[in-house]
Amino acid sequence: MPKDGSVTSLDGLGKPMWLVLELTYRCPLKCVWCNNPLDYDSYASKELSTEEWKQVLREGRELGALQLGFSGGEPMLRDDLEELVAEAESLGYYTNLITSGVGLTPERLSALKQAGLKQIQLSLQSAQRTLTDQLVGARVHDLKLDTARRIKAAGFPMVLNVPVFRQNIDQVEEILALAEEIGVDYLEFANIQYYNWALLNREELLPSREQIDNAEAAVNRARARLGKRMTIYFVIPDYFETRPKACMNGWGSIHLTIAPDGAALPCQEVRVIEGLEFPTVREHSLQWLWHESPLFMKFRGDEWMKEPCRTCDEKEKDYGGCRCQAFLLTGEASNTDPACAKSPDHHIIESAILGSRKPREHKPLIMRTPGGTTVIPS
Amino acid sequence: MADTTIQPQDKFALNPMFLLRWEKTQDAYVLLYPEGVIKLNASAAEILKRCNGAATVAELVGELQALFNEDDIIVENGIYRFLETSHAKGWISNQP
Repeated sequence: MPKDGSVTSLDGLGKPMWLVLELTYRCPLKCVWCNNPLDYDSYASKELSTEEWKQVLREGRELGALQLGFSGGEPMLRDDLEELVAEAESLGYYTNLITSGVGLTPERLSALKQAGLKQIQLSLQSAQRTLTDQLVGARVHDLKLDTARRIKAAGFPMVLNVPVFRQNIDQVEEILALAEEIGVDYLEFANIQYYNWALLNREELLPSREQIDNAEAAVNRARARLGKRMTIYFVIPDYFETRPKACMNGWGSIHLTIAPDGAALPCQEVRVIEGLEFPTVREHSLQWLWHESPLFMKFRGDEWMKEPCRTCDEKEKDYGGCRCQAFLLTGEASNTDPACAKSPDHHIIESAILGSRKPREHKPLIMRTPGGTTVIPS
Repeated sequence: MADTTIQPQDKFALNPMFLLRWEKTQDAYVLLYPEGVIKLNASAAEILKRCNGAATVAELVGELQALFNEDDIIVENGIYRFLETSHAKGWISNQP
Protein backbone atom coordinates (compact mmCIF):
# COMPACT_ATOMS: atom_id res chain seq x y z
CA MET A 1 0.00 0.00 0.00
CA PRO A 2 1.35 3.46 -0.81
CA LYS A 3 2.46 5.27 2.34
CA ASP A 4 2.96 8.88 3.28
CA GLY A 5 6.68 8.16 3.45
CA SER A 6 6.99 6.74 -0.05
CA VAL A 7 8.12 8.88 -2.90
CA THR A 8 6.36 9.58 -6.12
CA SER A 9 7.97 12.28 -8.17
CA LEU A 10 5.38 12.55 -10.86
CA ASP A 11 1.84 13.64 -10.78
CA GLY A 12 -0.23 10.94 -12.40
CA LEU A 13 -1.29 13.10 -15.36
CA GLY A 14 -4.78 11.92 -14.39
CA LYS A 15 -3.72 8.25 -14.43
CA PRO A 16 -4.10 5.71 -11.62
CA MET A 17 -0.37 5.10 -11.23
CA TRP A 18 -0.88 3.00 -8.11
CA LEU A 19 -3.13 0.00 -8.41
CA VAL A 20 -3.79 -2.09 -5.31
CA LEU A 21 -5.57 -5.42 -5.58
CA GLU A 22 -7.13 -6.55 -2.32
CA LEU A 23 -7.32 -10.16 -3.48
CA THR A 24 -9.21 -11.33 -0.40
CA TYR A 25 -10.20 -10.09 3.04
CA ARG A 26 -9.65 -13.59 4.44
CA CYS A 27 -6.71 -13.69 6.85
CA PRO A 28 -5.45 -16.12 9.48
CA LEU A 29 -4.60 -13.22 11.82
CA LYS A 30 -6.86 -11.16 14.08
CA CYS A 31 -4.94 -7.87 14.35
CA VAL A 32 -6.61 -5.34 16.60
CA TRP A 33 -5.73 -2.45 14.20
CA CYS A 34 -6.92 -4.19 11.00
CA ASN A 35 -8.17 -1.72 8.40
CA ASN A 36 -10.37 -4.17 6.50
CA PRO A 37 -14.13 -3.57 6.73
CA LEU A 38 -15.78 -4.72 9.96
CA ASP A 39 -18.07 -6.98 7.90
CA TYR A 40 -15.08 -8.47 6.02
CA ASP A 41 -16.42 -12.04 6.25
CA SER A 42 -19.41 -11.15 4.05
CA TYR A 43 -17.05 -10.71 1.07
CA ALA A 44 -15.60 -14.25 1.02
CA SER A 45 -18.26 -15.59 -1.36
CA LYS A 46 -17.94 -12.62 -3.74
CA GLU A 47 -14.21 -12.72 -4.52
CA LEU A 48 -13.20 -12.12 -8.13
CA SER A 49 -12.03 -15.15 -10.11
CA THR A 50 -8.55 -15.51 -11.58
CA GLU A 51 -9.83 -14.48 -15.01
CA GLU A 52 -11.62 -11.44 -13.55
CA TRP A 53 -8.43 -10.30 -11.80
CA LYS A 54 -6.48 -10.73 -15.04
CA GLN A 55 -8.98 -8.52 -16.82
CA VAL A 56 -8.46 -5.87 -14.09
CA LEU A 57 -4.69 -6.12 -14.63
CA ARG A 58 -5.00 -5.59 -18.38
CA GLU A 59 -7.39 -2.65 -18.03
CA GLY A 60 -5.23 -1.12 -15.30
CA ARG A 61 -2.17 -1.09 -17.54
CA GLU A 62 -4.20 0.50 -20.33
CA LEU A 63 -5.14 3.26 -17.88
CA GLY A 64 -1.45 3.82 -17.10
CA ALA A 65 -0.99 1.98 -13.78
CA LEU A 66 2.69 1.32 -13.01
CA GLN A 67 3.00 0.18 -9.42
CA LEU A 68 0.94 -2.82 -8.43
CA GLY A 69 0.28 -4.04 -4.91
CA PHE A 70 -1.09 -7.50 -4.12
CA SER A 71 -2.73 -7.03 -0.75
CA GLY A 72 -5.61 -8.24 1.39
CA GLY A 73 -6.49 -9.70 3.89
CA GLU A 74 -3.70 -12.15 3.36
CA PRO A 75 -2.97 -12.46 -0.39
CA MET A 76 -1.13 -15.78 0.17
CA LEU A 77 -4.56 -17.35 0.76
CA ARG A 78 -5.20 -17.04 -2.98
CA ASP A 79 -3.86 -20.12 -4.77
CA ASP A 80 -3.67 -18.16 -8.01
CA LEU A 81 -1.28 -15.49 -6.69
CA GLU A 82 1.70 -16.80 -8.69
CA GLU A 83 -0.40 -16.86 -11.85
CA LEU A 84 -1.55 -13.27 -11.27
CA VAL A 85 2.02 -12.09 -10.58
CA ALA A 86 3.21 -13.68 -13.83
CA GLU A 87 0.38 -11.99 -15.73
CA ALA A 88 1.18 -8.63 -14.10
CA GLU A 89 4.86 -8.97 -14.93
CA SER A 90 4.12 -9.75 -18.57
CA LEU A 91 2.02 -6.57 -18.70
CA GLY A 92 4.88 -4.42 -17.36
CA TYR A 93 3.86 -3.63 -13.78
CA TYR A 94 6.33 -3.26 -10.91
CA THR A 95 4.89 -5.95 -8.65
CA ASN A 96 4.80 -5.64 -4.84
CA LEU A 97 3.47 -8.29 -2.46
CA ILE A 98 2.09 -7.04 0.85
CA THR A 99 1.91 -9.94 3.27
CA SER A 100 1.88 -11.01 6.90
CA GLY A 101 4.22 -13.83 5.84
CA VAL A 102 1.74 -16.51 6.85
CA GLY A 103 1.46 -18.94 3.94
CA LEU A 104 4.63 -17.68 2.23
CA THR A 105 6.26 -21.11 2.26
CA PRO A 106 9.73 -21.74 0.73
CA GLU A 107 8.02 -23.37 -2.28
CA ARG A 108 5.70 -20.44 -2.90
CA LEU A 109 8.50 -17.92 -2.34
CA SER A 110 10.53 -19.52 -5.10
CA ALA A 111 7.47 -19.81 -7.37
CA LEU A 112 6.85 -16.07 -6.86
CA LYS A 113 10.47 -15.30 -7.73
CA GLN A 114 10.06 -17.44 -10.82
CA ALA A 115 6.90 -15.53 -11.74
CA GLY A 116 8.90 -12.29 -11.65
CA LEU A 117 7.70 -10.70 -8.39
CA LYS A 118 9.83 -7.62 -7.69
CA GLN A 119 9.41 -6.79 -4.02
CA ILE A 120 7.95 -8.07 -0.77
CA GLN A 121 6.57 -6.02 2.08
CA LEU A 122 6.39 -8.07 5.24
CA SER A 123 4.65 -6.92 8.40
CA LEU A 124 6.15 -7.29 11.86
CA GLN A 125 4.49 -6.06 15.02
CA SER A 126 7.13 -6.30 17.69
CA ALA A 127 10.60 -7.52 18.56
CA GLN A 128 9.16 -9.80 21.24
CA ARG A 129 7.51 -13.11 20.55
CA THR A 130 4.82 -12.92 23.23
CA LEU A 131 3.72 -9.42 22.27
CA THR A 132 3.54 -10.14 18.52
CA ASP A 133 1.60 -13.33 19.07
CA GLN A 134 -0.80 -11.65 21.46
CA LEU A 135 -1.51 -8.64 19.22
CA VAL A 136 -2.18 -10.67 16.08
CA GLY A 137 -3.95 -13.53 17.84
CA ALA A 138 -1.70 -16.31 16.48
CA ARG A 139 1.72 -17.83 17.13
CA VAL A 140 3.52 -16.33 14.16
CA HIS A 141 6.44 -14.28 15.52
CA ASP A 142 9.13 -16.89 14.83
CA LEU A 143 7.59 -17.72 11.47
CA LYS A 144 7.69 -14.05 10.48
CA LEU A 145 11.38 -13.76 11.32
CA ASP A 146 12.20 -16.97 9.41
CA THR A 147 10.21 -15.68 6.47
CA ALA A 148 12.04 -12.34 6.55
CA ARG A 149 15.38 -14.13 6.33
CA ARG A 150 14.18 -16.37 3.51
CA ILE A 151 12.89 -13.34 1.57
CA LYS A 152 16.35 -11.76 1.74
CA ALA A 153 18.07 -15.06 0.91
CA ALA A 154 15.87 -15.35 -2.19
CA GLY A 155 17.22 -11.99 -3.37
CA PHE A 156 14.11 -9.85 -3.00
CA PRO A 157 14.28 -6.21 -1.94
CA MET A 158 12.26 -6.09 1.27
CA VAL A 159 10.20 -3.52 3.08
CA LEU A 160 9.63 -4.40 6.72
CA ASN A 161 6.41 -2.68 7.74
CA VAL A 162 5.83 -2.12 11.42
CA PRO A 163 2.41 -0.77 12.39
CA VAL A 164 3.04 1.47 15.40
CA PHE A 165 0.84 2.03 18.44
CA ARG A 166 1.14 2.40 22.19
CA GLN A 167 1.92 -1.26 22.86
CA ASN A 168 4.99 -1.48 20.58
CA ILE A 169 6.23 2.09 20.10
CA ASP A 170 8.77 1.81 22.91
CA GLN A 171 10.44 -1.11 21.08
CA VAL A 172 11.65 0.96 18.13
CA GLU A 173 15.32 0.40 18.97
CA GLU A 174 14.93 -3.37 19.31
CA ILE A 175 13.04 -3.52 16.02
CA LEU A 176 15.72 -1.40 14.33
CA ALA A 177 18.40 -3.82 15.54
CA LEU A 178 16.40 -6.79 14.30
CA ALA A 179 15.85 -5.18 10.89
CA GLU A 180 19.55 -4.37 10.59
CA GLU A 181 20.48 -7.95 11.42
CA ILE A 182 18.02 -9.33 8.82
CA GLY A 183 19.31 -6.92 6.15
CA VAL A 184 16.04 -5.13 5.47
CA ASP A 185 16.25 -2.54 2.67
CA TYR A 186 13.36 -0.33 3.76
CA LEU A 187 12.03 -0.18 7.29
CA GLU A 188 8.73 1.54 7.65
CA PHE A 189 7.38 2.55 11.04
CA ALA A 190 3.80 3.37 10.19
CA ASN A 191 1.85 4.85 13.06
CA ILE A 192 -1.53 3.30 12.46
CA GLN A 193 -4.45 5.24 11.07
CA TYR A 194 -7.70 5.00 12.98
CA TYR A 195 -10.35 3.25 10.88
CA ASN A 196 -12.36 0.07 11.43
CA TRP A 197 -10.76 -2.11 14.16
CA ALA A 198 -8.15 0.52 14.95
CA LEU A 199 -10.93 3.04 15.56
CA LEU A 200 -12.80 0.60 17.81
CA ASN A 201 -9.61 0.18 19.85
CA ARG A 202 -8.38 3.77 19.56
CA GLU A 203 -8.39 4.59 23.24
CA GLU A 204 -6.02 1.72 23.97
CA LEU A 205 -3.84 2.07 20.88
CA LEU A 206 -3.08 5.81 20.73
CA PRO A 207 0.50 6.46 21.86
CA SER A 208 1.48 9.56 23.79
CA ARG A 209 3.28 12.55 22.29
CA GLU A 210 6.28 11.69 24.43
CA GLN A 211 6.38 8.11 23.12
CA ILE A 212 6.25 9.39 19.53
CA ASP A 213 9.06 11.89 20.17
CA ASN A 214 11.26 9.20 21.74
CA ALA A 215 10.62 6.81 18.87
CA GLU A 216 11.39 9.45 16.28
CA ALA A 217 14.63 10.35 18.06
CA ALA A 218 15.65 6.67 17.98
CA VAL A 219 14.87 6.54 14.25
CA ASN A 220 16.98 9.64 13.61
CA ARG A 221 19.94 8.15 15.49
CA ALA A 222 19.64 4.99 13.40
CA ARG A 223 19.44 6.98 10.17
CA ALA A 224 22.69 8.75 11.07
CA ARG A 225 24.36 5.42 11.86
CA LEU A 226 23.09 3.39 8.90
CA GLY A 227 23.19 5.95 6.08
CA LYS A 228 22.24 4.35 2.77
CA ARG A 229 22.29 0.77 4.06
CA MET A 230 18.68 0.96 5.20
CA THR A 231 16.03 3.55 4.36
CA ILE A 232 13.83 4.24 7.36
CA TYR A 233 10.42 5.83 7.11
CA PHE A 234 8.67 7.11 10.19
CA VAL A 235 5.07 8.05 9.51
CA ILE A 236 3.71 10.25 12.31
CA PRO A 237 0.07 9.71 13.23
CA ASP A 238 -2.01 12.58 11.91
CA TYR A 239 -3.68 12.92 15.32
CA PHE A 240 -0.47 14.53 16.55
CA GLU A 241 0.12 16.87 13.62
CA THR A 242 -1.59 20.21 13.18
CA ARG A 243 -2.20 19.52 9.49
CA PRO A 244 -3.90 16.50 7.92
CA LYS A 245 -2.13 13.93 5.77
CA ALA A 246 -2.28 14.41 1.98
CA CYS A 247 -4.52 11.38 1.90
CA MET A 248 -3.98 9.24 -1.23
CA ASN A 249 -2.40 12.32 -2.88
CA GLY A 250 -5.96 13.49 -3.35
CA TRP A 251 -9.12 11.52 -4.09
CA GLY A 252 -9.04 9.81 -7.48
CA SER A 253 -5.67 11.36 -8.24
CA ILE A 254 -3.14 8.49 -8.53
CA HIS A 255 -4.54 5.62 -6.39
CA LEU A 256 -6.98 2.93 -7.43
CA THR A 257 -7.90 0.03 -5.15
CA ILE A 258 -9.92 -2.97 -6.24
CA ALA A 259 -11.68 -4.70 -3.33
CA PRO A 260 -12.14 -8.51 -3.23
CA ASP A 261 -15.63 -8.20 -4.74
CA GLY A 262 -14.34 -6.03 -7.60
CA ALA A 263 -15.49 -2.64 -6.26
CA ALA A 264 -13.20 0.12 -7.57
CA LEU A 265 -12.28 2.37 -4.66
CA PRO A 266 -10.32 5.65 -4.30
CA CYS A 267 -8.86 4.22 -1.07
CA GLN A 268 -9.07 1.03 0.96
CA GLU A 269 -11.19 2.52 3.73
CA VAL A 270 -13.77 4.36 1.68
CA ARG A 271 -16.64 1.99 2.39
CA VAL A 272 -16.88 3.51 5.86
CA ILE A 273 -18.52 6.55 4.23
CA GLU A 274 -22.27 6.05 4.20
CA GLY A 275 -24.44 7.08 1.28
CA LEU A 276 -21.93 6.33 -1.50
CA GLU A 277 -22.34 3.64 -4.14
CA PHE A 278 -19.49 1.28 -4.96
CA PRO A 279 -19.85 -0.13 -8.48
CA THR A 280 -17.61 -3.07 -9.44
CA VAL A 281 -15.51 -4.27 -12.34
CA ARG A 282 -18.13 -6.95 -12.90
CA GLU A 283 -20.55 -4.30 -14.21
CA HIS A 284 -18.27 -1.59 -15.60
CA SER A 285 -14.98 -1.01 -17.36
CA LEU A 286 -12.09 0.24 -15.25
CA GLN A 287 -11.90 3.18 -17.65
CA TRP A 288 -15.45 4.25 -16.71
CA LEU A 289 -14.96 3.53 -13.00
CA TRP A 290 -11.82 5.69 -12.81
CA HIS A 291 -12.75 8.52 -15.16
CA GLU A 292 -16.50 8.81 -14.88
CA SER A 293 -18.07 7.00 -11.94
CA PRO A 294 -19.89 9.27 -9.46
CA LEU A 295 -17.71 7.74 -6.69
CA PHE A 296 -14.42 8.91 -8.22
CA MET A 297 -15.87 12.28 -9.29
CA LYS A 298 -17.28 12.94 -5.82
CA PHE A 299 -14.16 14.42 -4.17
CA ARG A 300 -11.78 14.69 -7.12
CA GLY A 301 -10.15 18.13 -7.44
CA ASP A 302 -11.27 20.88 -5.03
CA GLU A 303 -14.74 21.91 -6.20
CA TRP A 304 -16.34 19.97 -3.35
CA MET A 305 -14.42 21.76 -0.61
CA LYS A 306 -16.07 23.85 2.07
CA GLU A 307 -14.47 26.39 4.37
CA PRO A 308 -11.88 26.45 5.82
CA CYS A 309 -10.42 24.33 2.96
CA ARG A 310 -11.92 26.26 0.04
CA THR A 311 -9.89 29.42 0.61
CA CYS A 312 -6.96 27.77 2.38
CA ASP A 313 -3.53 28.37 0.83
CA GLU A 314 -2.46 24.85 1.83
CA LYS A 315 -5.24 22.99 0.00
CA GLU A 316 -2.85 22.02 -2.81
CA LYS A 317 -0.61 20.41 -0.21
CA ASP A 318 -3.03 18.18 1.70
CA TYR A 319 -6.24 18.23 -0.39
CA GLY A 320 -8.26 18.79 2.80
CA GLY A 321 -6.98 15.54 4.35
CA CYS A 322 -8.91 12.30 4.57
CA ARG A 323 -12.58 12.05 3.52
CA CYS A 324 -13.09 8.87 5.55
CA GLN A 325 -11.74 10.44 8.72
CA ALA A 326 -13.90 13.54 8.14
CA PHE A 327 -16.96 11.29 7.84
CA LEU A 328 -16.15 9.02 10.77
CA LEU A 329 -15.39 11.84 13.19
CA THR A 330 -17.69 14.65 12.03
CA GLY A 331 -20.48 12.76 10.24
CA GLU A 332 -19.91 14.64 6.96
CA ALA A 333 -17.34 13.47 4.39
CA SER A 334 -16.94 16.90 2.76
CA ASN A 335 -15.88 18.57 5.99
CA THR A 336 -12.25 19.47 6.61
CA ASP A 337 -10.36 16.54 8.13
CA PRO A 338 -10.53 17.23 11.88
CA ALA A 339 -6.81 16.37 12.13
CA CYS A 340 -6.28 19.90 10.79
CA ALA A 341 -5.94 22.56 13.50
CA LYS A 342 -7.91 24.93 11.22
CA SER A 343 -10.92 22.59 11.32
CA PRO A 344 -13.80 23.73 13.55
CA ASP A 345 -13.98 20.06 14.61
CA HIS A 346 -10.33 19.76 15.67
CA HIS A 347 -11.45 19.48 19.31
CA ILE A 348 -12.62 15.93 18.48
CA ILE A 349 -9.01 14.90 17.86
CA GLU A 350 -7.75 16.78 20.90
CA SER A 351 -10.27 15.14 23.19
CA ALA A 352 -9.47 11.69 21.77
CA ILE A 353 -5.81 12.23 22.69
CA LEU A 354 -6.74 13.56 26.13
CA GLY A 355 -9.19 10.69 26.67
CA SER A 356 -6.54 8.08 25.93
CA ARG A 357 -4.20 9.73 28.47
CA LYS A 358 -6.60 9.84 31.41
CA PRO A 359 -5.85 7.44 34.24
CA ARG A 360 -8.56 4.81 33.95
CA GLU A 361 -9.26 1.11 33.74
CA HIS A 362 -7.84 -0.31 30.52
CA LYS A 363 -10.40 -1.80 28.17
CA PRO A 364 -9.84 -5.16 26.54
CA LEU A 365 -8.75 -4.94 22.89
CA ILE A 366 -11.28 -6.07 20.30
CA MET A 367 -9.73 -8.56 17.90
CA ARG A 368 -10.62 -8.99 14.25
CA THR A 369 -12.98 -11.95 14.21
CA PRO A 370 -16.30 -12.45 12.40
CA GLY A 371 -18.32 -11.50 15.47
CA GLY A 372 -15.69 -8.99 16.61
CA THR A 373 -16.05 -10.32 20.14
CA THR A 374 -12.73 -11.96 20.98
CA VAL A 375 -10.94 -9.77 23.44
CA ILE A 376 -7.49 -9.68 24.97
CA PRO A 377 -6.43 -7.71 28.02
CA SER A 378 -4.48 -4.60 27.00
CA MET B 1 35.20 19.26 -11.29
CA ALA B 2 36.90 20.34 -8.08
CA ASP B 3 33.99 19.62 -5.75
CA THR B 4 33.06 16.15 -6.98
CA THR B 5 33.97 12.74 -5.61
CA ILE B 6 33.27 11.11 -8.96
CA GLN B 7 36.29 10.13 -11.04
CA PRO B 8 36.47 9.75 -14.85
CA GLN B 9 37.48 6.08 -14.52
CA ASP B 10 34.54 5.20 -12.23
CA LYS B 11 32.03 2.68 -13.52
CA PHE B 12 28.49 2.94 -12.26
CA ALA B 13 25.66 0.43 -12.39
CA LEU B 14 22.00 0.74 -11.46
CA ASN B 15 21.34 -0.84 -8.08
CA PRO B 16 19.41 -4.09 -8.39
CA MET B 17 16.43 -2.70 -6.51
CA PHE B 18 15.76 -0.23 -9.36
CA LEU B 19 14.17 -0.93 -12.68
CA LEU B 20 14.65 1.52 -15.56
CA ARG B 21 12.30 1.27 -18.49
CA TRP B 22 10.37 3.19 -21.11
CA GLU B 23 6.78 3.90 -20.10
CA LYS B 24 4.53 4.64 -23.02
CA THR B 25 1.70 6.12 -20.93
CA GLN B 26 4.07 8.75 -19.48
CA ASP B 27 5.97 9.24 -22.73
CA ALA B 28 9.14 8.99 -20.68
CA TYR B 29 11.64 6.69 -19.02
CA VAL B 30 10.72 5.82 -15.45
CA LEU B 31 12.70 4.43 -12.56
CA LEU B 32 10.65 1.94 -10.57
CA TYR B 33 11.51 0.65 -7.11
CA PRO B 34 9.66 -0.65 -4.03
CA GLU B 35 6.66 1.62 -3.59
CA GLY B 36 8.07 4.36 -5.78
CA VAL B 37 8.18 5.79 -9.28
CA ILE B 38 10.46 8.48 -10.64
CA LYS B 39 9.81 9.98 -14.04
CA LEU B 40 13.06 10.88 -15.77
CA ASN B 41 13.69 13.67 -18.22
CA ALA B 42 15.41 12.74 -21.46
CA SER B 43 18.97 13.55 -20.41
CA ALA B 44 18.66 11.78 -17.05
CA ALA B 45 17.40 8.69 -18.85
CA GLU B 46 20.29 8.77 -21.34
CA ILE B 47 22.77 8.88 -18.46
CA LEU B 48 21.15 6.08 -16.42
CA LYS B 49 20.78 3.86 -19.49
CA ARG B 50 24.57 3.95 -19.79
CA CYS B 51 25.18 3.03 -16.13
CA ASN B 52 25.75 -0.60 -17.04
CA GLY B 53 28.76 -1.37 -14.87
CA ALA B 54 31.04 -1.48 -17.92
CA ALA B 55 31.27 2.04 -19.30
CA THR B 56 33.50 4.53 -17.48
CA VAL B 57 32.26 8.00 -16.64
CA ALA B 58 34.73 9.39 -19.21
CA GLU B 59 33.24 7.16 -21.92
CA LEU B 60 29.74 8.13 -20.91
CA VAL B 61 30.65 11.83 -21.12
CA GLY B 62 32.14 11.33 -24.57
CA GLU B 63 29.07 9.52 -25.88
CA LEU B 64 26.64 12.08 -24.55
CA GLN B 65 28.68 15.05 -25.76
CA ALA B 66 28.27 13.54 -29.22
CA LEU B 67 24.56 12.94 -28.64
CA PHE B 68 23.49 16.29 -27.18
CA ASN B 69 23.62 19.45 -29.20
CA GLU B 70 25.12 21.43 -26.33
CA ASP B 71 28.41 22.89 -25.16
CA ASP B 72 30.79 20.07 -24.09
CA ILE B 73 31.56 21.61 -20.70
CA ILE B 74 27.88 22.06 -19.88
CA VAL B 75 27.18 18.42 -20.78
CA GLU B 76 30.12 17.17 -18.70
CA ASN B 77 29.16 19.25 -15.65
CA GLY B 78 25.54 18.16 -15.97
CA ILE B 79 26.53 14.48 -16.07
CA TYR B 80 28.78 14.74 -13.02
CA ARG B 81 26.07 16.56 -11.06
CA PHE B 82 23.44 14.01 -12.02
CA LEU B 83 25.70 11.06 -11.15
CA GLU B 84 26.42 12.64 -7.76
CA THR B 85 22.70 12.98 -7.08
CA SER B 86 21.92 9.47 -8.32
CA HIS B 87 24.68 8.06 -6.15
CA ALA B 88 23.50 9.99 -3.09
CA LYS B 89 19.97 8.70 -3.64
CA GLY B 90 21.22 5.13 -3.89
CA TRP B 91 20.07 4.60 -7.50
CA ILE B 92 23.55 3.69 -8.71
CA SER B 93 26.73 2.34 -7.16
CA ASN B 94 30.37 2.39 -8.16
CA GLN B 95 31.52 -0.97 -9.56
CA PRO B 96 34.87 -2.45 -8.55
